[in-house]
Amino acid sequence: MDGGILTPTVIDAIVAMLQAVAILLVAVLTSAVLTVVERRLLGLWQDRHGPNRVGPGGSLQLIADMIKIFFKEDWIPPFADRTLFMLAPAIAMASLLLSFSIIPITPTLGVADWNIGLLFFLAMGGINVYSVLLGGWSSGNKYALIGAMRSSAQTISYEVFMGLSLMGVVAMAGSFNMREIVNAQQGLWFFIPQFLGFCTFLIAGFAVTHRHPFDQPEAEQELADGYHIEYSSMKFGMFFIGEYVGMLLISALIVTLFFGGWHGPLLPPIVWFVLKTSVFVMLFILVRAALPRPRYDRVMTFGWIVCLPLTLLNLLVTGAVILLTTPA
Amino acid sequence: MELAFYLSGLTAVLATLGVIANPNPVHGVLYLVVSLLAVAMVFFSLGAPFAGALEIIVYAGAIMVLFVFVVMMLNLGQAAAEQERLWLKPRTWLGPSLLAAVLLLTLIGLLWQGNTQAMIEGGGLTAKGAGTLLYGPWLLLVELGALLLLAALVTASHVGRTTPVAAPSPAPRDMPTQAADQPVPRTTPGDKPPNTGGKPPNTGGEEVS
Repeated sequence: MDGGILTPTVIDAIVAMLQAVAILLVAVLTSAVLTVVERRLLGLWQDRHGPNRVGPGGSLQLIADMIKIFFKEDWIPPFADRTLFMLAPAIAMASLLLSFSIIPITPTLGVADWNIGLLFFLAMGGINVYSVLLGGWSSGNKYALIGAMRSSAQTISYEVFMGLSLMGVVAMAGSFNMREIVNAQQGLWFFIPQFLGFCTFLIAGFAVTHRHPFDQPEAEQELADGYHIEYSSMKFGMFFIGEYVGMLLISALIVTLFFGGWHGPLLPPIVWFVLKTSVFVMLFILVRAALPRPRYDRVMTFGWIVCLPLTLLNLLVTGAVILLTTPA
Repeated sequence: MELAFYLSGLTAVLATLGVIANPNPVHGVLYLVVSLLAVAMVFFSLGAPFAGALEIIVYAGAIMVLFVFVVMMLNLGQAAAEQERLWLKPRTWLGPSLLAAVLLLTLIGLLWQGNTQAMIEGGGLTAKGAGTLLYGPWLLLVELGALLLLAALVTASHVGRTTPVAAPSPAPRDMPTQAADQPVPRTTPGDKPPNTGGKPPNTGGEEVS
């Protein structure tokens, strides 16, 4: 017997599991902290205070929010479809968190290293639509249903060109594997040759996470709160935190796919990754602070008539350039 | 991997039974989603992760969402569930099921005689491999599929065309939502209350504050 059950394979497996759990916890906690950070930043940009009462500078606001959300009555409406009502927030959270497994944070840190990496994200994005759809329908509420309808139509439309906008990157890197995509950007970050792809992916990312210019599903003036109007306590919390998990996920993906992932001079890889990701998270928040909400039908028209042709054009040009420059 | 294959295969069969037996249309469609996910898992366990991922993206993520969408829009409610229950009497399904069971037994018997060990083996197929196969030996089929899709696209945009009176029509795919949001056909843009105002500036912390 060489070392009992602690063979190198077992140790590798344990290390991988610990990494996965650590990344999961960091993702969830960061998303929770982001809820407060966003409100403080919105306050800053809109020239008002924001939540600044709990703890020094409002730093303990998160704890107050969590206590409130944990101890609220978890009420399920009698007219709701119980099973689906409980399933929906779980899908919302799980599908987004699972997508984190494909993101390579540093050359050594990261959960999964699959050759279908990017497709896994698109698959999980597809599953994520069900959370909103089921949440809205099972609530048995008109506003929730309309919100769910809007949201799913919007998400499907924007997912079509979200996938297409990433194909340019895949073609240039020659792989769906996220690690290889990052390594292919050592010389030049992909947002320069793939600028159109970057723009359309950013827009699609906003739409898929229902962040501000695309949050018609939750428009409070028309729909009260959209698909999660009947949810309370932790189930609402899952939807609420899920939105921030999505924001974090899209930011991390943008960094990985278009901004060279962990690459950067001087500083260690993880610092670069965190810095770049936080820039995009700030961008998400700034957009919410700055832009008005467009009308719903215009959002749909914009997706199909402007963004989809742009991504197709991008893919066409990328393909042509690759064919011309690759030695036969 | 054999265990994963059999487990996901079993899930697929059970979920498909759920599709047929469940009186609630929305639940039935969701069973179908589970069934498709299980089939994707079968692909994964057979070493074809590319096909599995596409199965989830295309079937579970896009096509089934449209199914769920339509069923929810119809909002059939309790009456439809009662109707389904009426149709699911043993008198209705017993005969066909017996006949199908005979076929199943025959199939199992045939599989039993054959070499079952060799049936779930296969090398891994990467995305690149699948692409080379599709655009190499099977190029004609890909082109034919593309033609079929083009025909469907033209048909859809013809069917989804609005009358010249209305505003320029958006793409056909989002028509159902528009119908849900605004049941009355819009004749002038002024009919709809404009909601372009955005959020009032003081809604920084919304739900939890």
